[in-house]
Amino acid sequence: MSHAKAQSKSVLWDWLTTVDHKKVGILYLAAGAFFFALGGLEAILMRIQLMFPEFTFLPAQTFNELLTMHGTTMIFLAAMPLLFGLMNYIVPLQIGARDVAFPFLNALGFWLFLFGGILLNVSWFAGGAPDAGWTAYVPLSSESPGTGIDYYVLGLQISGAGTLIGGINFLVTIINMRAPGMSMMRMPLFTWSTFVASMLILFAFPALTIGLLLLMLERIFGATYFAVDFGGNVIIWQHLFWIFGHPEVYILVLPAFGIFSEIISTFSKKRLFGYSAMVFATLIIGFLGFMVWAHHMFTVGMGPVANSIFAVATMAIAVPTGIKIFNWLLTLWGGRIQFTTANLFALGFIPSFVMGGVTGVMLATSAANYQFHDTYFVVAHFHYVIIGGVVLGLFAGAFYWWPRIFGYKLNETLGKIFFWMFLFGFHLTFFVQHFLGLIGMPRRVASFLGGQGLDEMNLISTIGAFFMGVAFILFVVNIFVSMKNKETTGDPWDGRTLEWTIPSPTPEYNFAQTPLVRDVDALWYEKYEGDGKMKAAEPLGDIHMPNGSFLPFIISLGLFIASFGFIYHLWALAIAGMVVVFGAMFVRSVKEDHGYHIPKEDILNAKGGK
Amino acid sequence: MADHGMDPTAPLKGEPTKKVKRKLARETRTQVISFVLMIFLTSLAFISIASDAIPASFAMPFILLLATIQVVLQLYVFMHLNERGNGWANVMIWSAVIIAIPTVASLMLLLGIVKW
Repeated sequence: MSHAKAQSKSVLWDWLTTVDHKKVGILYLAAGAFFFALGGLEAILMRIQLMFPEFTFLPAQTFNELLTMHGTTMIFLAAMPLLFGLMNYIVPLQIGARDVAFPFLNALGFWLFLFGGILLNVSWFAGGAPDAGWTAYVPLSSESPGTGIDYYVLGLQISGAGTLIGGINFLVTIINMRAPGMSMMRMPLFTWSTFVASMLILFAFPALTIGLLLLMLERIFGATYFAVDFGGNVIIWQHLFWIFGHPEVYILVLPAFGIFSEIISTFSKKRLFGYSAMVFATLIIGFLGFMVWAHHMFTVGMGPVANSIFAVATMAIAVPTGIKIFNWLLTLWGGRIQFTTANLFALGFIPSFVMGGVTGVMLATSAANYQFHDTYFVVAHFHYVIIGGVVLGLFAGAFYWWPRIFGYKLNETLGKIFFWMFLFGFHLTFFVQHFLGLIGMPRRVASFLGGQGLDEMNLISTIGAFFMGVAFILFVVNIFVSMKNKETTGDPWDGRTLEWTIPSPTPEYNFAQTPLVRDVDALWYEKYEGDGKMKAAEPLGDIHMPNGSFLPFIISLGLFIASFGFIYHLWALAIAGMVVVFGAMFVRSVKEDHGYHIPKEDILNAKGGK
Repeated sequence: MADHGMDPTAPLKGEPTKKVKRKLARETRTQVISFVLMIFLTSLAFISIASDAIPASFAMPFILLLATIQVVLQLYVFMHLNERGNGWANVMIWSAVIIAIPTVASLMLLLGIVKW
C-alpha cells in the first residue's frame, strides 16, 4: 500500500484498522473513559441505595450485580485501559521510538479488551449481570444460577488476553526500541514503571487465566476442582485469584507513581530526587507484590505461621513505598513549584495515598485483620489506594499529557474546580467509611438497619459520591469547552522528556529523526547544555511504517461470538466463532505485509522545509 | 542498508578465521561434555527408579533435582542462553523462576490439610 493510499481511508475505517500506537492509545482512553463513567454510575446507584437505612431504591439482587460490576469494571475495564492508553501514547515517545515493537499485536490487545468489556456488560441485558463480587469466590460463583458468572469468566478471559498481549508488547518495546543513548537508567520514570508493571502483567495474569479456566470448566463442563463433595478445594480459587489479584494492585498503581514522578519533577523545575532509588523501589515493590497475596486470606484459617509471614512481607512493602513518598517530597523541596491542575492532582495524591498506605499496614496486622476483614474499613482502604493513587494519577496524567495527545490544553480554572471538588468528594465518601467499618458495618450489604450509628455516616458518604459524580461531569465539560485552546508549541509545560520534543499535533512517524539522548531528562539537558533541540542520531530518510489491519477486530469479534456459544452451550456457534478467530490468524500468517514508506520529501514538508 | 538484505539462512562461504575456529572447537567440546553429562544424569534418574534399593521418598526429589540441572544445561549449552545478547532473556527467565518458586512452594503448603 502506498503512502497516499494509506492516507485516503475514511475516518471510521482508519480507526477500526489502525495499528498506530497513538491512535490505539486514544482508543484505549476513549473506551476506558466510557467504562469509567459506567462504573461510576454503578457506584452512585449503590450509594443511593445505602443513603438511608432500609432504603428500597434497588432490589438486593440488583445491588449485588452492581457491586460486582462496579469492581470488575473499574479494575479491568477502566483503570487498566486508561493506564494502557497513556502508556501506549507516551512510552514510545518517551524512549524516542516510532511505534511499539508489535503494532499489530497492540491493536489486537485493544480490541480483545474492548470486546471482553462489551461481553461482560451484555450480561445486563441477558438475564442478569454477575453477582458474586469482583473476586467471584467459589462456591458462590461456581454454584451461582443463571449466566451472569459465565459472562464474567469469558469476558475477563478475553480482556485478560488483551492485557497480557499489551504487557508483553511494552516489555519488548522498552527493551529493544530505545533511542541511541537512552540507557535503562536514563529512562523517564513513567517508562520505568510501565516496564515493571508489564513484568507484573506477564507473571500475574497467567494465574488469573488458570483460575478463570478452572471456573469455566467447573461451570460449563461440570468439572469438580472446587466441589468439596467430589474432593475439590474451594481455597484454590482464592489463592489463584489473589496470586493474580495482588500484583494487579501494583500493575495499577506503579504506572500512576510514574505519572506523578514526571509531573512533580516537571512542575518543580527540578530533576527527580533520587532517580536510582526510585527505580530500585519500583522494582522492589514489583517483586514484593508477588509475595503477599495471602494477606487477603488471613481469616481463611491458614494458620498463625503463614499469617505472620504474609503480614511481615506486606508491611515490608511500606519501605520502598515510603522511599518513593520521601523522594517526591524532596523533589518538591526547594523547587519552583507551579500549581497547575496536573500538579495539584500530584500534590493531592501524596497525603491521600499515604492514608491508604497506613490503613494497609493496619490491615496487614493479621491479628487485627480478623476485626477489619470484610467490613467497610477494607472498602475505605482500597478506595484510598485506588482513587487516591490510580485515579488521581490518571487525572493528573490526563491534564499533563492532554496537549500532547489531543493538541489542546484543558482549561486550568475548570480543572482546578474539578480537582478540589473531586478531592473533597473523595475524602467525604471514603473517610467516614473507615469508621463505618470499625463499628461493624459489613461490606457488600444491600441495606442496613437504622439506629445502629450507621445512618449519618452512610448519608455523608453518599453525598461525597455525588460530589465526585458532579466533578467528573465537570471534567467532561472541560474536555469540550477547552477544544478551542489549541496548543501549537509542542512543549506547553517546559517539559523535560522526549515526548515534548515533537511538534504538535504529533506526526504519525513521531520523530522525523531518531533523537540522540545525552542524559536523564533528555530535553532538559539540551535546553541547558545544548541549543534546546534534540541532536539527531540518524540522517533524514524515508520512514518505514506498518500497514493498518482489520484482522485484530475480526479475531476479537470471533472470540466474542464464540463466547456466546460457550455461555449458552451452542457448540455450533462456539465452533463458528473459533473458525473466525483461527481463520483470521491464518490470514495474518500467510499474507505478506511489508508496510509502506513515508518519503523523505513529505517529512521535510511537515518540518516546514528546514 | 542494501547489503543487510542477504539471506541469513544461506550457507557461509570461505574459510573461517583462526579465532572462529577456536571458538567453534571450544563450543563443540562443551556440547559433547554436556551431552555425556546429560546422558549420565538421565541414567542416574533411571537407576534411581529401576533399582529396588533406592526408596521412592529419595528418588522423587532426586529426579526433580536432576531435571532442574538438565533444564539449566539445556538452556545454556544447547539453547545458547549463555551467549552475548541474551541478557534480557536471562533476566526475564530468572525473574520468573525467582517469583514462581516461593509462590508455588507456599501455595502447595497452604493448600494442604496442615495448618501452619
